[in-house]
Amino acid sequence: MAAAVISMTTAALDWVSVVFDAPLARAVVFGVHIDGHLVVEVLLIAVILFQLTRKSYKPPKKPLTEKEIDDLCEEWVPESLHPPITEEMKVEPPTLESAAGPHTVIDGKKVVNFASANYLGLIGNDKIIDSCVASLEKYGVGSCGPRGFYGTIDVHLDCETRIAKFMGTPDSILYSYGISTIFSVIPAFCKKGDIIVADEGVHWGVQNGLYLSRSTVVYFKHNDMTSLEGTLEKLTRGNRQAEKIRRYIVVEALYQNSGQVAPLNEIMRLKEKYRFRVILEESHSFGVLGNTGRGLAEHYGVSIEKIDIITAGMGNALATDGGFCIGSARVVDHQRLSSSGYVFSASLPPYLASAAVAAVNYLEDNPTVLTTLRSNVSLLWKGLSDIPGLTIASDPSSPLVFLKLKKSTSSSKCDLELLNKIAEKALREDSVFVVSTKRSVLDKCHLPVGIRLFVSAGHTVSDIKKVSDSLRRVAALVLAEHI
Amino acid sequence: MVRLPYLIALSTLFSYGLLFAFGQMRDFFRKLIDWSKSTSEDLKGYAPICLGLEDFYTRRLYLRIQACPIDCFSRPIASAPDAWFDVVERYSNDNNKTLHRTSNTTKCLNLGSYNYLGFAAADEYCTPRVIESLKKYSPSTCSARIDGGTTNLHTELEELVARFVGKPDAILFGMGYVTNSAIIPALLGNGGLIISDSLNHNSIVNGARGSSASVRVFQHNSPSHLEEVLREQIAEGQPRTHRPWKKIIVIVEGIYSMEGELCKLPEIIAVCKKYKAYTYLDEAHSIGAVGKSGRGVCELLGVDTDDVDIMMGTFTKSFGSCGGYIAASKEIIQYLKHTCAAHLYATSMSPPAVQQVISAIKVILGEDGSSRGAQKLARVRENSNFFRSELQKMGFEVLGDNDSPVMPIMLYNPAKIPAFSRECLRQEVAVVTVAFPATPLLLARARICISSSHSREDLMKGLEVISNVGDLVGIKYFPAEPPKCVEQDEKVL
Repeated sequence: MAAAVISMTTAALDWVSVVFDAPLARAVVFGVHIDGHLVVEVLLIAVILFQLTRKSYKPPKKPLTEKEIDDLCEEWVPESLHPPITEEMKVEPPTLESAAGPHTVIDGKKVVNFASANYLGLIGNDKIIDSCVASLEKYGVGSCGPRGFYGTIDVHLDCETRIAKFMGTPDSILYSYGISTIFSVIPAFCKKGDIIVADEGVHWGVQNGLYLSRSTVVYFKHNDMTSLEGTLEKLTRGNRQAEKIRRYIVVEALYQNSGQVAPLNEIMRLKEKYRFRVILEESHSFGVLGNTGRGLAEHYGVSIEKIDIITAGMGNALATDGGFCIGSARVVDHQRLSSSGYVFSASLPPYLASAAVAAVNYLEDNPTVLTTLRSNVSLLWKGLSDIPGLTIASDPSSPLVFLKLKKSTSSSKCDLELLNKIAEKALREDSVFVVSTKRSVLDKCHLPVGIRLFVSAGHTVSDIKKVSDSLRRVAALVLAEHI
Repeated sequence: MVRLPYLIALSTLFSYGLLFAFGQMRDFFRKLIDWSKSTSEDLKGYAPICLGLEDFYTRRLYLRIQACPIDCFSRPIASAPDAWFDVVERYSNDNNKTLHRTSNTTKCLNLGSYNYLGFAAADEYCTPRVIESLKKYSPSTCSARIDGGTTNLHTELEELVARFVGKPDAILFGMGYVTNSAIIPALLGNGGLIISDSLNHNSIVNGARGSSASVRVFQHNSPSHLEEVLREQIAEGQPRTHRPWKKIIVIVEGIYSMEGELCKLPEIIAVCKKYKAYTYLDEAHSIGAVGKSGRGVCELLGVDTDDVDIMMGTFTKSFGSCGGYIAASKEIIQYLKHTCAAHLYATSMSPPAVQQVISAIKVILGEDGSSRGAQKLARVRENSNFFRSELQKMGFEVLGDNDSPVMPIMLYNPAKIPAFSRECLRQEVAVVTVAFPATPLLLARARICISSSHSREDLMKGLEVISNVGDLVGIKYFPAEPPKCVEQDEKVL
């Protein structure tokens, strides 16, 4: 048995060596020795090439026929343009019959108004109204064109110079609407691939700007500096790529959704440590914070050049409309061609620009209005300190006083119902106008809802007493079962 | 559509190519110089705030077009933007990097502002009422509409706009741009489809991008291409998952501001109805300016307003104010009042501006007791048709349809843009020139906006100046019609 196997293997080996020693195998072609294994390799390559040239089997693609497309189009049923209308959608806000000053008229009754962000009490100010009248008679109402096409009127340029002088920056740029300022500025500077670290409590305008910029956005916990530091550390640690892309921190000076004030000194320290740029939204703090109303930078004693971009809407303290943005000369010039809300939109009506100039002049000449505002706020704090079921959640220096429920119910919808009841009762029975938080379904902010009171320098001591008493009474009634 | 002759296309491309090459060379030298200088400690570690390519256009092309004492963009004015206005003279010491105002002004004929019905300046009916409302309600309400910003004026205007436009209800916003940017996300979200015209305005593009819906574009003013796109999209469904679309909205404009042409509304509505898509009509330039009683493109083309689901418009152009509106069915408006971010968070429209629109609409409808509205509408139509036909007779290439008060004159070459603009200003006519990126690169143009406050003499002066400058600059691309005296000679013979 073994012998047969041995003989077979030797025979096979002999045969293989014969093949290898065959004359063809020892040929010399063009001076190159050809060994036997080359023949096998050439055959192998030939087989591979043959297989590659064969077409692979793909199932045939059948495009839809016209009839099939017709059928699909017939069958398709779109949703309705609007969802079913619920009861809460039908509620109309109260209609004012006079100016939205500290006292206004609703439904024929005189009402104390804490729903307008008229912080310096400039609604109804005679100097401002006179300058508006002069402007209306000279320029008409609208400016009839964007800034690039004869919509730049000399009052716009005056307004920009005045604001820049007031804030101490080289130049400023004027926008025609408060909310469009921030959502035009952010996409002008932040593009796809940039990193933005934003507070989770920023308002819808900022959120829209962040979405339109297509940058990577990371949110940190509302007004929490340790969370901010942690986020910045995580983003920059070991990431050498981070040096080459632009990085921004976006915060609001005074948050509309909670009344908190951002700690600018902490933010500046973190910004310098991690090399980020700061975009500061000052709509509710311009004209309010700081000894002379120059905003958060003055409040914290930070030099204005250190903050890269500041935007503000003028619809609050300055009692006019529109917005502005300040920064270095390069920052402002860049926006004149690339900010969509500036280039593609009609410019601010000239009478509103002259109202802004008059308001800034008034603020510079009468800094005592800020002391009145601050004393009103502290008086209101005292009055609201013992309301059953409600607690003050805003910063003591903020004129936007934010009350939230001490014990929240299961859902923010139920919270909102209770708060709406309180606001409505206060208006109907005590003639005091306060408002609850209104949130759109498109808003990504999840901070707790509450009641907002906008304190003005035009409110008197008796107004403040009236609102505290009213809220105390109404809250006790509405939240009785709830506490 | 614009017919672009080959020779002109080649010469325009060559000019842009030259400018681009020069720009790149200067950038290169700038980089060398910067590299040799050391950067300051402060900026170390920060990426530059404006990256290289982004403001290439600004630095190299825009500044060259401005490079002359009288420049073309952002000219300030010192009076109301009426038929004649005062343009402020500016000078520059540093080759047009910064421009300084002087206190000298030149009175010029205004062919650039959107003032179709002449409400831009102080008006005898509107201005006293506006001043009265200013004294009563003050310039701003400092509050959002849903908080404490709704006054009687706002509710009155909403009813008036709904009645004027022909829809059950309307909602107001303080700025036209924000109207589009905030409404489109409220109507559609993920799973929806927006089909928009390729030449739609930037506010619509922004609104479409701000919603998380998919966006497709159809060829400008082409109902057949719209039908193709609709069929394809409905059959395919959402990308990747192929689920059916939740809803489809087609967005078109009444008058396209860069082309001056009207939308082919009846055909587009027919296509949308067939495929069950919703229509959104942006009448920024056409409301108040076209149509027998100023009710816009629907009236002019005979379309029933019930067939258009959502009608949007602005008050900046024909009504001489600011702000925008949306008119639709009662349910949609109720839903928008509850959801739309601009209604909930943005300051409400300034009360004097609201009063201006109320008075302007009353004048147009004749409810002020005079026939000034009808006169204005007739005059703007006559003026536009006269001006357009005269320009075409002179040999200019003018775009746009009859009855539209917007007429672009083609320039093409980038060097002709500043030349045309400055020459016209020297002869006291103010025109607007538009180039990339508002128009396609090769199709730069000068855009004329006619107003009802232009008298026949104003138009004749404008035509004379434009004809002279056109000869100087060389933009009469078509043969001019022979003048009438030739016919007289033939008669004599």
